[in-house]
This record gives sequence, C-alpha cells and structure tokens, in this order.
Amino acid sequence: MTIHRTVRTALQALRRNPMRALLTTLGIVIGVGAVIAMMEIGNGSSSAIKKSIASMGANTILILPGTAASGGVSFGSGSVMTLTPQDYEAILRECPSVSSAAPMVRARTQVVYGNRNWVPSAIAGTTPSFLEVRDWMDLSEGEVFSDRDVLNANKVCMLGQTLVRELFQGESPVGKEIRIKNVSFRVVGVLGAKGANMMGSDQDDILIAPWTTIKYRISGSTLTMTNQSSSTSETSSTVNTLSKLYPGSQQSLYPVKSEIQAADNPMPVRFTNIDQILTAAATSEEIPEAIEQITATLRERHRIRQDEAEDFTIRDMTEMTKTLSSTTKLMTNLLLCVALISLLVGGVGIMNIMLVSVTERTREIGLRMAVGARARDILRQFLVESVVLCLVGGGAGILLGHGGSQLVRLFLNWPVENSPGAIAAAVLVSAAVGIIFGYYPAWRASRLDPIEALRYE
Amino acid sequence: MALIELKQIFKTYHIGNMRVPVLKGVSLQIAAGELVALMGTSGSGKSTLMNILGCLDRPTSGEYWLNQKEVGRFSADDRANLRNRSMGFVFQSFNLLARASALENVIMPLSYATDTISDREARRRGREMLGRVGLDDRLDHEPSQLSGGQQQRVAIARALINRPPVLFADEPTGNLDSNTSSEVLRMFQELNREDGITIILVTHDPMVAQHADRIIRISDGVIVDDVGYRIEQKPQAVIAGRISDSGDIS
Repeated sequence: MTIHRTVRTALQALRRNPMRALLTTLGIVIGVGAVIAMMEIGNGSSSAIKKSIASMGANTILILPGTAASGGVSFGSGSVMTLTPQDYEAILRECPSVSSAAPMVRARTQVVYGNRNWVPSAIAGTTPSFLEVRDWMDLSEGEVFSDRDVLNANKVCMLGQTLVRELFQGESPVGKEIRIKNVSFRVVGVLGAKGANMMGSDQDDILIAPWTTIKYRISGSTLTMTNQSSSTSETSSTVNTLSKLYPGSQQSLYPVKSEIQAADNPMPVRFTNIDQILTAAATSEEIPEAIEQITATLRERHRIRQDEAEDFTIRDMTEMTKTLSSTTKLMTNLLLCVALISLLVGGVGIMNIMLVSVTERTREIGLRMAVGARARDILRQFLVESVVLCLVGGGAGILLGHGGSQLVRLFLNWPVENSPGAIAAAVLVSAAVGIIFGYYPAWRASRLDPIEALRYE
Repeated sequence: MALIELKQIFKTYHIGNMRVPVLKGVSLQIAAGELVALMGTSGSGKSTLMNILGCLDRPTSGEYWLNQKEVGRFSADDRANLRNRSMGFVFQSFNLLARASALENVIMPLSYATDTISDREARRRGREMLGRVGLDDRLDHEPSQLSGGQQQRVAIARALINRPPVLFADEPTGNLDSNTSSEVLRMFQELNREDGITIILVTHDPMVAQHADRIIRISDGVIVDDVGYRIEQKPQAVIAGRISDSGDIS
C-alpha cells in the first residue's frame, strides 16, 4: 500500500467523523498553541530581561591601568598610567566583538551653581559613546554633547538626575552655567533616571563632560585630589613649591626629557593618559571573545612580550552575566516543562480517542483484513491516522499560539519574539506524539483476529 | 482437478481448559465453476468451515489445498495476500464503510493489492464493477443512501474487484427481504454462469440453498449430506441446464 494512498485512507477515515477528529486533536492544538505562545512571549520577556540586565551594565568590560609595584609592595590597580586615548581608538578599531567603547577620565570635586553646591559621586570625562556603552540613551532634557566638543575640549556637560535635584531644585538646568573648580560649564543635557546599580550606589549622581575638558581643565591639576577637603586647599597648594615633597602630590604627566632630547625635539611630547576605558561587548555571549581581543590589542600596542605581565587589568561583570544566563536558563527550562506536560496531556487524549476509534471500527478492521490487509497495513493505517491528526493539530496549534501571542502583543503590549525554532520543534514533537501515542492503539488494531473483528457488534 | 480440496479437516477451540471440537474430520472437493451451498443449523460448524475455506482461520489439523497449493499452513501475511488476490467475501451485514461512496467502497481492496494500479485505473475498474451489478447510477451514494439490496450489490462489486476465482457469501440474504434476496441470489447465479466464478454460499435457509447446484449439509462438525456432488463429472451443458432450472424456481 503506497504511502499517499495510506494518507488518503487516513484522511477519509478522519473525515467520516470530523467532530471527533476535531475534539481529539484539540489537546494537541491547545498544547502546541500554548507552547508556541509561551515560547514567543517567553522569548520576548527573556530578551527584555536580558536587555534590562544589559542596561545595568552586564555587557560592559572595564579596562584599568595596571599595577605598579616597588620592592614587593603593590600600589593597587590604577597606580600606573598606561592607558592612552589611542588605546581606546585602537580597541574600537581592532576588536570586532566590542560594540562600543569610551575613554574615562574621573574626577571628584565640587560642582557649584548659584549659591548651591554638591559633590557628585562621579565626574566622568568621556565621549558621547559613554552613553551607548552604559545603554543610557534616553535623555530627560536637552541633548548629548558632540564629538566636536570632545575634540575642542569645550566646556559643556550633562547632569544626572540627582545632581539636577540638588543644584537646580525644579529649575531646568539646560543652558545654565555651573562651575567646577572655577571653570564654567554650560549644561547641554540632563540624563534620564537610572537609579541605583546592583551595589546600591546612586548612578544618577553623575556629571558627564568631554574627557578632554575634564583632563585638561579640571583634573589636569588634581588627578589624585579626589578628596574634597584637600581640594579646597588645593588652590593654595598649587603655588606651594613644597607640595612635591608630600606623598599626596600630583604625579608628573610627562616623561622627563633629557636636555639633549629637548634640544633635538623642541615639540613637547604630549603624553596623555586616561583613567579607564569602558567598552561594551556586542552581546553577553561575546564577552570572553571581546576580552581576548582587547588583551591582544593592548599587549601589542604596549609592546608587552610573551612572558611579561600585562600593564593593564580587564574586568567584566561576571556576577551579572551569571545572573543573566541563569535567568535565561530558568526561563527556558520552565517553558520546556510546561510544553512537555501539555503535549503529554494532548498525547494521552490522542491515545484515548484512538483506542475508542479502534474499538468502534473493529468491524471495519475485520473487513479490511478479510479483503487482504496485512497486520502491518492496519498498523500503518492507524499510525498514519494519528500522525495526521497530530500534525493537523500541531499546525492549528502553531496558528493559534502565534495569533495568541500577537494578540498579547497588541493588547497588553508585552514584548513578543517570533521563534521559528519552536515552530519547527512543535511540528516534530506533534509528529512524535502521534507516533508514540498512536502506536499502542494501532498495534491493538493490527493484532485483531479478522473473524472476531467481523463478528464484533 | 478440484479447485478446493479439504482432507480430514479438524478444528478444535480451546475455551479455558475445555476443548471444543467444532469440525471433526471434514473432507470435500469443490471444482472450479461450482455454485455450492453450505447448509447447517447454527452451531453446526458451517461458519468455522467457511472461515477455514476463506483462509481467515487455520485448521487444527488436516490439509487444505487451494489451486494445488497447501494453504492451510500459510503465514498470516501470505493468507492476507491470498484473500486479496483469489477470494471475495460477501457478508450478511454488508460491512460497507459508512460515509464513503459506493465507488470508494468498491475499490478499497485494490489498495491492499501487491501489484498497485493507478488511481484512475482503480476508479475505472470500480465503475465497471458497479455497472456489472447494475449500480452505475449510484457511484457517489453513501451506504446510508442505498437500500439493503443495493448495499449488498455494492458489497458484491467490492468482492469481485480483484477478479477472484472464488467468492464466499456468508448468509448474503440474511438481512434482506424476499424480493431483494432473490435478486441477489440471481446475481450470484449469473456471476457463476457467465464469469465462471466459483461461489460458496453459507446459509441455514433451504430456500437460499435451492439456488445452488450442490448442497453440502453440515451437522455437528461433519458433512452429513452432499447433494449434487456428481455434477462435477457431468458434461458442462447439463450444469447450465440445472442452473436455469433453479433459476425458474426462485
């Protein structure tokens, strides 16, 4: 018996009792529909969760200058100045897994507006791509300073929500001038609220300005002066020629040139360091690759030999990434459980009705055997029937589930993501359910004795 | 040489620990082209005998030769093929597939044939067979839209679709009124006479058995009477004469 004839026989048999076929397959329809809808909605929420965790900075990779050590005493990370703006440009250029990068120059000092002042927990000198790295693209007011502002070291800045609240008290800060260490900055934009980070520190307590401005106009003289009280006295200490004697004094930015060097090359060597480079991997899965690429790039640029230690440190948000992947895994497993249970229920329904159908059609089976159907023909017929039922149910379920998730998207505005994998799996699984749960009834049918079956009332 | 030859057929059923002998040594020969009635009261073993003749069941012991082949020892699959190829069955309760057209019912056995034929050829043959039983205008009717006699004729067409040499009819008129009964029986006679199909009628009704050339009576698992057995040895003309005689009786 050819397979297409078997399929046609099965379709005829199902057509003979369309209502029952419909009810039988309802279990599969609902099961597959639920799976598809759950997968689409689940994928949507999962990527929304991923996105929000990523916005907390899960994809960020922090590059810090290395450690200086003297006589076995380490000074901790950041104690040497080895990172340059050129490093940052090179990383952006040469690491394909890095989606964006921003240099960071940090300062901690007082910000003054009118008669109010505040010391933000971070004054970040950076480029506009900082906002991209931190996934902080929504501004509540104004606009982002430009790359041109960075090139020209323009005195512009953006404020975080906390700073705005403390300094402006309901006024709009955009266009106003604030002072940082007696340098006047024009406020061009206000960042959207971000709240506290995972460690509980306020991320909105921040001022962002072009890194060149911070570097050359603010921290150029106070790189290590993060202490506000020392900062106030700092203006006087700059003129104090004895300040170099003290450990808190500022380190030299420029390598000391010999007289001959100075004579040979009258141009000043402008060595600029930056405090950190903040980069973001394209996806959380690409973080290890991104770290590898950054390491290779920086080792090459810093001319570090194979056996030498690196003069920089790379940190990623392992903890957050772990949370992220465990959340996703949990979600997927949960969905899988629901899917399996609903398909199991659907399969039991199929088996139940197929058994009823075999009993009901005992005479038909007897007749088919009498006119020459072999046991395997009967087995195949019932198996194909149940597979056809399941596939039709699966198809209807896919449409139902997809429609359902689209409705959810339209009316509840939940994030929904199409999942072709789930659809392919649904087709395969419904065929498998048809075979597994159809096998026993089909086997029972094929084992019937034709004489008994013909006489069955 | 006989088309069908049974040699000392025994059939014993086991119900629990009880052995119930149903056939106790049945031997008979049926030649090609005979119209035989198998008669007996219920419980006489005639149905069991028919099941064995129809290769639906196997004898406990004894030999069954069909067309010079010992089919009593065939495997289930081989018997299925044999039934498909060389036997047709007509049942008391028609056993048509509900919600399937007459044509679909008729061509159903073709899908189990080992030599597959095209769908078009199958439908052509099905229409031809339905025409043969006088139902060319009922091709697309479902069994529920047909009268009992028409349904039984569809069943006959189905039994003949594979052009088998032997046709088994188990109480073919049991569910029909007397008019349609004689109509169906006349059709059997016609098929026997014109197409040379060997027909074995199982019945308890003497009126039905009268339509046959030969009546084998079974009682308590043995053949007690075999009227008309010598027909086989008679010239063909006489056979035809007898058939027309019995035709008049009905």
